[in-house]
Amino acid sequence: MAKLNINGRVHNVQVEPETPLLWVIREQVGLTGTKYGCGVAQCGACSVHINGEVMRSCSIRVSDVKAGDKIVTIEGLSATSSHPVQKAWAAIDVPQCGYCQSGQIMAAAALLRKNPRPTDKDIDEAMTNICRCGTYQRIRAAVHLAADMPTGGKAAAVTGHKV
Amino acid sequence: MKNISSKTKLSRRAFVVGTTAATGGLSLGFHMPAVAATARAATANEGAEVNAWVVIKPDDTCIIRIARTEMGQGTRTGLAQLVAEELECDWKKVTTESITPGQNLSRKRVWGEMGTGGSRGIRTSHDYVRRGGAAARIMLLQAAADHWKIPVGELTVSDGIIAHTATKRTTSYGKVAAAAAKLDAPDPKSITLKDPRDWKIAGKAIKRLDTADKLNGSKIYAIDVKLPGMLCAAIKVCPVFGGTVKSYDESKIAGRPSVRGVFKVKETGVAVVADTWYRAKSALDALPIVWDDAANATQSDATIAAHLREGFEATTNNGDRRNGDAVQAIAGAAKKVEAIYSTPFLAHATMEPMNCTAKISADRAEAWVPSQNSEASLAALSEASGLPLDKCEVLRSDPGGGFGRRGGSQDYVHQAVAIAKNFPNTPVKLIWSREEDMAHDFYRPISQAKMAAGLDEQGNLVGLHVRISGQSINAFANPALVSGGRDMRQLQGYDVNPGEAQLGYAAPNMLIEYVMRNTHVPVGPWRGVNTNQNAVYMECFMDEVARAAGKDPLEFRRSLMGNFPKHLAVLNAAAEKAGWGQPLPAGVHRGIAQFNGYATYSAAVAEVSVSDTGKLKVHRLVLAVNCGHPVNTDQIAAQCEGSVAYGLTAALYGECPVKDGRMTSLNFDTYEIMRLAEMPKVETVIVPTYDFWGGIGEPTIAVVTPAVLNAIHAATGKPVRSLPLKNVMLV
Repeated sequence: MAKLNINGRVHNVQVEPETPLLWVIREQVGLTGTKYGCGVAQCGACSVHINGEVMRSCSIRVSDVKAGDKIVTIEGLSATSSHPVQKAWAAIDVPQCGYCQSGQIMAAAALLRKNPRPTDKDIDEAMTNICRCGTYQRIRAAVHLAADMPTGGKAAAVTGHKV
Repeated sequence: MKNISSKTKLSRRAFVVGTTAATGGLSLGFHMPAVAATARAATANEGAEVNAWVVIKPDDTCIIRIARTEMGQGTRTGLAQLVAEELECDWKKVTTESITPGQNLSRKRVWGEMGTGGSRGIRTSHDYVRRGGAAARIMLLQAAADHWKIPVGELTVSDGIIAHTATKRTTSYGKVAAAAAKLDAPDPKSITLKDPRDWKIAGKAIKRLDTADKLNGSKIYAIDVKLPGMLCAAIKVCPVFGGTVKSYDESKIAGRPSVRGVFKVKETGVAVVADTWYRAKSALDALPIVWDDAANATQSDATIAAHLREGFEATTNNGDRRNGDAVQAIAGAAKKVEAIYSTPFLAHATMEPMNCTAKISADRAEAWVPSQNSEASLAALSEASGLPLDKCEVLRSDPGGGFGRRGGSQDYVHQAVAIAKNFPNTPVKLIWSREEDMAHDFYRPISQAKMAAGLDEQGNLVGLHVRISGQSINAFANPALVSGGRDMRQLQGYDVNPGEAQLGYAAPNMLIEYVMRNTHVPVGPWRGVNTNQNAVYMECFMDEVARAAGKDPLEFRRSLMGNFPKHLAVLNAAAEKAGWGQPLPAGVHRGIAQFNGYATYSAAVAEVSVSDTGKLKVHRLVLAVNCGHPVNTDQIAAQCEGSVAYGLTAALYGECPVKDGRMTSLNFDTYEIMRLAEMPKVETVIVPTYDFWGGIGEPTIAVVTPAVLNAIHAATGKPVRSLPLKNVMLV
């Protein structure tokens, strides 16, 4: 039994304590925007925010999530894809297959929350998720574009849209 | 269900073969009004089906049907642009709908081939989709003319608004679509398509139609499918290719209430079924399995390399092209250049691992498959379930990457059906772990190349001899294509004839030959297929020969390319954009390469630096491309950028070592993937000639690695002859 605050809503789930948070989010809670890619915290497709920090949910046991922890998934980033990162991703047509993009967007949103005007070097260091389609050049451009938006870094400080 | 007679029943094999055959001669998508309404493809919303490609709703929404797979490469948007261009509809009102293979089959394959590989998505369907759009336009205009009782020639149309200037009347596609749908379709041969120079929608850098749901988590990939009562399965197949299951001890996972069954799958694998995937996987990890490794456990990198190397000494080959006598010319040349190159096995590692959800009942089989060839998936579903094709259906979802992995093989569909048969009428979702995905791919084939060239006193190339020894994709996947022991596919990019993958160089004496040396490792097409390795061999060696001749690599190439103006034009375009010959910052060096594959001509210039400690930095890549007819210039740029990431990942890190008959790199911690920090600046130059149609998903990847390797050669003075670079000491 675990109690999880995901996107502002509390979920009580019956699950083995060692289950990775990723699979609880996908299978017990039913939010499938967060993806499985490797299971070993390498690819970042499973990235979510926990108390504002980007984390790779495939490698966090659900029993290690504290009752007060606020988890935000891609579904909770904004109500209408209005987060600056989402708007910038759309403006630059970043996604190809799209499978890794939930994680990329969550990583970018966390970066901008902490660092509203990231340099290329900051982006290099923060954006370490794998994209096999190779959208990296557009991801970099879109992070800069999101930072340039009037509400850029500030609006990135979301706490979770209820879904 | 009535039985289909054996004469008319489309056999599964004929169907599969048919899906790979050319579609020329078929009259696609034009005869819908004759088809019974019940057989028509279901449309999510009300609308009139003008023909197979075009459905128009009363509010003027234009639904364009798409048969090919969209897996990131932009084909959905490009095909819709081509239809919309001829249809003259309002692009802002265009949406798309992916048809299913069952719908295609029930309508006598009105949408043609669905397979999406070989960069064919647009280049082999542009003609009939444009004619489909044009036919719908003609019918819509005729319906308006009939309504107004005026000659159709007096009407004009723009953005889906039909106008009769003389009487100042207008109507819209949405208003006349129902009437248009009842009209006879025009003869497709009577249709004159637009001159591409007049295009307004096609040929432009238009935004993709399928971005929105990739930004908020709402896009449903096959791995995300949720169905009532669904169970989940995890699988392990014998890690040694060709091995089987000897035994497993189910008692060790007894008492896990979530587990619904343990099954042997096809003698080679074991699957655990549970109520969730993570529980299935956990139970499988806890299940002791004893494998019978059989003979292949003796295989390793060393045995495979020796096997390939032995091919250099073989007295016969499995396909060649030749002019003059290269061996003699090189033997008598003033200067000889020789080198041996090698490239490793590579995994596709699509971000979405292999998966399939299957629901099998006594008279119906359904599967949700991430597939590059939904008709091959349907054939696999039919074969595995034992149900005829018309009792099967494959539900489409866009794959999370394909790169050639999800085309012909459909191994994961066979497995999912075998497992789901144990739970009649219950959907079972099989997901491969990343480790399983890496252990049981159809890998890019391994090969080595022995290169030799002869130069005369003036540094002119008098002879070129290439011998490639390596594994054949056809021999593994489609032996019928290896005719009389010849397999020219492995020489992709070295064709004599123009059109698909022609070598862009001439020499007075040339011998290029393939020697087949197969291994126990399953192989298949991998984005770019054999153009990748063959471009490395030819283009890196060309730099070695140019240096031996004392000539600039670009000038040396140009001297061999007089008969190949299209190859030369893209080479020049890349060189010009990159500023070839102009000064660079200290420590930065350039390399160049060109190649022709999938009918498209590509060239690249790379700029790299190598530090004193041997650390490589790739700063910039300029890609020039002539795909004949660019359909969406922004998506062409996106594919060029993507090909740099995919190609450079392979060059820097890509290898699948074999030990004890099995793969040893099983996740991204050892199968490293390039990250954003290593992505060079990519600039794309499109230089179209509008006299052919070429692909875009694959062609440019071939030039990325040789351009980078040649830049490294320029930086260090040493050629790189084996990949990946992580194993090479650069200084």
